Amino acid sequence: MLAILNPIMRIIEIPMLAMQRLLGINRLAWVFLLPNLVLFGLFAFLPVFLNVIYAMTGSDNVLLADRTFVGGQNFATLMDCSSYLDPNTCREDKFWRAVWNTGWFVTLQVTIMVGFSLLTAIILNRDIRARGFFRSVFFFPVLLSPVVVALIWKWILQREGVLNAFLDWTGAGGINWLVDAQWAFAWSVFISVWAHMGFYTLILLAGLQAIPRDVYEAAIMDRASPWRTFRRITLPLLSPTMLVVLVLALIKGVQTFDEIYAFTGGGPGTATTFIIQYIYEEGFAGAPRVFGMAAAASLLVALVLVLLTLVQLWINRRNVDG
Amino acid sequence: MKNHILLTTALAAGFGVVAGAAAAQEVRFMCYSDGNECEVYEDVLNRFEADNPGIDVVVDVVPYQAILENLPVQLAAGNAPDIAKVTDLGGLNEYYLDLAPYVDRDYWETSFGDTLGWYRAGPDDDGIYGMHSQLTITGAFANATLFEQAGVEMPGEGATWDDWAAASRAVAEATDASFPMAIDRSGHRVAGPAVSYGAQLFDDAGNGRLVDAGFTAFAQQFVDWHEDGTMARDVWAGQGGSTYRDAAQEFINGDLVFYYSGSWQVNRMDEQVGDFFDWRVVGSPCGPAGPCSGMPGGAGIVGFEQTEHPEAVAAVIDYLAQQDVYAEVTARTRNLPAHLGVASAGVEFEGASDAAQAALNAFASDLPNVSPIAFAYQGYAGNRAMFGITVERLSQAIVGELSVEDAMTRMASDLESALAESR
Repeated sequence: MLAILNPIMRIIEIPMLAMQRLLGINRLAWVFLLPNLVLFGLFAFLPVFLNVIYAMTGSDNVLLADRTFVGGQNFATLMDCSSYLDPNTCREDKFWRAVWNTGWFVTLQVTIMVGFSLLTAIILNRDIRARGFFRSVFFFPVLLSPVVVALIWKWILQREGVLNAFLDWTGAGGINWLVDAQWAFAWSVFISVWAHMGFYTLILLAGLQAIPRDVYEAAIMDRASPWRTFRRITLPLLSPTMLVVLVLALIKGVQTFDEIYAFTGGGPGTATTFIIQYIYEEGFAGAPRVFGMAAAASLLVALVLVLLTLVQLWINRRNVDG
Repeated sequence: MKNHILLTTALAAGFGVVAGAAAAQEVRFMCYSDGNECEVYEDVLNRFEADNPGIDVVVDVVPYQAILENLPVQLAAGNAPDIAKVTDLGGLNEYYLDLAPYVDRDYWETSFGDTLGWYRAGPDDDGIYGMHSQLTITGAFANATLFEQAGVEMPGEGATWDDWAAASRAVAEATDASFPMAIDRSGHRVAGPAVSYGAQLFDDAGNGRLVDAGFTAFAQQFVDWHEDGTMARDVWAGQGGSTYRDAAQEFINGDLVFYYSGSWQVNRMDEQVGDFFDWRVVGSPCGPAGPCSGMPGGAGIVGFEQTEHPEAVAAVIDYLAQQDVYAEVTARTRNLPAHLGVASAGVEFEGASDAAQAALNAFASDLPNVSPIAFAYQGYAGNRAMFGITVERLSQAIVGELSVEDAMTRMASDLESALAESR
């Protein structure tokens, strides 16, 4: 093997040595990073840069050369509100409805999902029968495509769906779940929790298993109650993992689109229209395609996501510093 | 020597194929089907290829959504197919290839008449851009069996929307049908009824205008019908954004008394209702403003200016526009013809039952009732924006997010922004 590799290495060595002599050993690191930097620049920085340009130009033309510079007008239109609490007073009311819907959705979904994920992880961390089976069961929805998730629940919840058939059978009478704004919103939260909970459960389970068992043994010897053990040992030692779960869930929550779009289409009215759907409809599905407004809204979302990430970094650093 | 001859022959054949391929002009046709249209086009175009060895037509079958969402982006980016079947007739005008230099103008104008205008930029434009391949008209289907079971007489010719609403409610009540009425969730579909209520849809300068007394009257009535249970709430309130939703399945299930949709549903009704119940096409009811108008529409085949083979593109479309080919495609796809020669000669729709044949004839006979406003609206470049705004804001009024008055105010400002953006 070495007999084959050695000549190859010697051939590679020649340009490498030449480059090292030319650039110096410190700059050589950049040569190795260059391919990745080019790819990252092309597929991450360039789109962000283009997004900023689209946000500052108008018209429904997709080619930049055909677009007119409008400065911050798109942002001004989005932010033009008498009261941010009442979307009806905003010039771009659909944007603010989407913002509020997303806010409520993220608050409810993240709280419920993290709570249930923690509970499930704690149960699955115990020596229960068929533990492996239950771990798979909770993780299974994560493997499903968002459209499949949406269709399954649509079949269950539609007017003549499985749930209403069951309710009719019990004599309770069906409800038109997807036509009522409150119910449609509540089911959107539930479905999102159902579909993603397994992923966060898995992370929390890994966090729980990383807690040394001798700490629990010491607690048992000290006759600490289960609740006290949970509050004083499990929660503090799990907090770095919880933080990761929380921030990931928040970011994913803000980005919610595909499964809810396939499930309710954002309706009834705009009851389940979230911010990414707003961006999609402005930029791609509507007529005319308002790329500028979509780009401006997506930059605002990016700003919120950056803020969330910074908060995570700050809390992480504070925990490390101690 | 034998090997030498074989090698030479193989090389010659290889070069021949390569040279042939290089000489053939490839024309890509982006096609979507409501039924079997693309399949029939592919078949017919095979004959065209046999007659025109220099032209190779590739039919790319795509979902309708790709025509609505991907094609405009491809066109803007200069990466479009050579030919496409489109429904945003006036909206894509800036990209169309003018076929006039390549085709017989007199034949086209005699054959396609006013539908040529739907593809033009405005009244000053006399280009020939598209062949209207399938004409549609909106109208209503009534479940005749439910009327019979309820002992309610079906409203006759000249009946108003109010007459149909009252009759449908009575039938639903007597037969326990879930919904008296439904209209597809589409801005195009409600345009006909709105015109019948007096909507003008254009201002004096010919620009699109949604909100006026007629449109508001219809919107109020439509919202009221949703509140009192006359209209199936699932259709408009069960979706968000401007997403299309029809109520065909409810009608096919026998759950719906009166269904306002259009001629393209005939095949589906014919195939899926079968002997389950009797249904009838009853056209468009009349409104308080007088007209009993539906909306014309349909799809057309256009070429794009950015093609590298304009002559080949024109040749393909011109071939499809010839009366015998058009008549064959119409008969096999069971669509209403926009070709005046084919329409006047009559079409024997292939495999259509008596009910389907009668339904298609009923739709065809309703065409003269189409209001000039509705006809102009179909060809208006900004109509897609108007359709989308109508659906979004009417839905919000139906679910109670906006009052009808606020919905009208929003519609007006949305349209103003949309027209400014696309200017």
